[in-house]
Amino acid sequence: MGRIVLENVTKSFGDAHVIPPLDLTIEDGEFTVFVGPSGCGKSTLLRLIAGLEETTSGRIVIDDADVTEVSPSKRGLAMVFQSYALYPHMTVRKNIAFPMRMAGVPESEQEERVMAAAKSLNLVDYLDRKPGQLSGGQRQRVAIGRAIVRDPTAFLFDEPLSNLDAALRVGMRLEISEMHERMKTTMIYVTHDQVEAMTMADKIVVLQAGVIEQVGTPLELYRTPRNKFVAGFIGSPKMNFITGEEAAHYGAETIGVRPEHIQVSADSGKWTGKVSVSEHLGSDTFFHIHDTGLADTITVRADGEVSFKHGDTIHLTPREDVVHKFDAAGLRIT
Amino acid sequence: MAIVAQHSRFSKIAWPVLAWIVGLLFFFPIFWMVLTSFKTDADAVKPEYLFFFTPTLENYANMTENYDYWRFATNSVIVSVFATAFTLFVGIPSAYAMAFNPSRSTKDVLMWMLSTKMLPAAGVLYPMTFLTKNILGIFDTHFLVILVLSLINLPIVIWMLFTYFKEIPKDIIEAGKMDGVNTWGEIREILIPLAWGGIASTALLCFIFCWNEAYWTVRLTTTDAATLSKLIEGNRAPEGLFFGRLSAVSTAAVGPIVVLGWFCQKQLVQGLTFGAVK
Repeated sequence: MGRIVLENVTKSFGDAHVIPPLDLTIEDGEFTVFVGPSGCGKSTLLRLIAGLEETTSGRIVIDDADVTEVSPSKRGLAMVFQSYALYPHMTVRKNIAFPMRMAGVPESEQEERVMAAAKSLNLVDYLDRKPGQLSGGQRQRVAIGRAIVRDPTAFLFDEPLSNLDAALRVGMRLEISEMHERMKTTMIYVTHDQVEAMTMADKIVVLQAGVIEQVGTPLELYRTPRNKFVAGFIGSPKMNFITGEEAAHYGAETIGVRPEHIQVSADSGKWTGKVSVSEHLGSDTFFHIHDTGLADTITVRADGEVSFKHGDTIHLTPREDVVHKFDAAGLRIT
Repeated sequence: MAIVAQHSRFSKIAWPVLAWIVGLLFFFPIFWMVLTSFKTDADAVKPEYLFFFTPTLENYANMTENYDYWRFATNSVIVSVFATAFTLFVGIPSAYAMAFNPSRSTKDVLMWMLSTKMLPAAGVLYPMTFLTKNILGIFDTHFLVILVLSLINLPIVIWMLFTYFKEIPKDIIEAGKMDGVNTWGEIREILIPLAWGGIASTALLCFIFCWNEAYWTVRLTTTDAATLSKLIEGNRAPEGLFFGRLSAVSTAAVGPIVVLGWFCQKQLVQGLTFGAVK
């Protein structure tokens, strides 16, 4: 079991209110991602759940037990840090076995579980090395191994992939997703990378300034963002926002159109502009278009075969069924 | 080019020469002291015998036979070891708390501790003597000397440890908390192994300070807990100085600490320049 409930939780550092009253339920076995720009309070929220920060008010409940005043070591959670936070004076074997040793697990069982974890994480050959002799990806796997052997009620990940290079990040992302499929344990994952959020999560929690902007599955957030912030944050490249007369035609203060929901043409279309930059990725091409009279830049994602050069006139037609409408307060109009 | 070459040749010679001069300047008094300790009291004051004299072990023999050198030395070892141990026992948890769970007043507490070192010792000499002699009855006991040495070294020890502990990433301590370790476990399993070098050099420095301390050890002891500082002080006779004898006593007092320092040079330099280079 690993159901985590936050009730009216707040956190202030002196006069700075980082988390205003917040309610959230994370179901057992769910992969939940906290996503938001830096300083949005997502890491603080994770640390509150871990117990590394004390709540200013409110309750944290894990599996029906109030753990608000319980020390981190007794909450039954395991955490993987951005900096890996391995014990530099211990070998990989000792690092992984450490939580079991602290819990008084018999040595033969420790060894068994260390080997099992090492096998699943490809660390068998490195068990007698110190963390300083490992690469970033290996260190992160050791950190994950140390978390696995505890058999925790939930895993907490604090931007675990931020220190890895791009290629390794994609690989580790998959490994963590597979691990979740295999273990079915509750996982809470903090990231500022919306791609990680979209690809890994069962449920995404979008945060801004400590406030939950929206909670939902990746596709819910993509298809029906509750407000402009979520609309702009989820999806890559970013959604285009258009205000003024064009938005008024739709009966909205602002309309949002995703780059992949605009069709391009050399001859005719609803809107017209000039290509400023075209980025060819092979499979796709991104066009950055100026002089549309709608917004400074309109970004379009087109097929890889489509070709326009700098300065070419281009015609754009949005897919009407997926135009997002927002009112003056930035909330979605349905 | 020529200027650069000349310049580098100059500095290649000049700096070592300067270093040697400064080194010898510092070393000479010690060398003189050791030399004098092998002279008779009469020879010691004669300039013509500065370097050439008939060496004698009379002073050393005299010291162990008449002054009970070993008792003083044993006391020095006892109070230095226990004071250092006690200081670390209090200092490590204090520095840990301030480094990893700082409160708003942590900086003030650190400054306040340092400020106690600014108090002139002479200012509290009378109350200290009166209290320990007439009220507490602990004058001239090991307990008192250990307590006093611990307390006067505690601020500097906490400051040094605090600086070392600050260099340990907070994440590692937090990982420990998540892995199910309590506070003592964190100190024992994570903090001490990681800060071992810093703790060792702090301990060594503290030991040296304890060993060399003279103001309080001389004034708060008579015989039972008297340390080597007291022995040196005791040989400073008012009717004229017995330089030979005094030098022998001093040599025998600083000897052990010089040897200790020699073996731990690397640690010491690290300890003395803490925070200066990273």
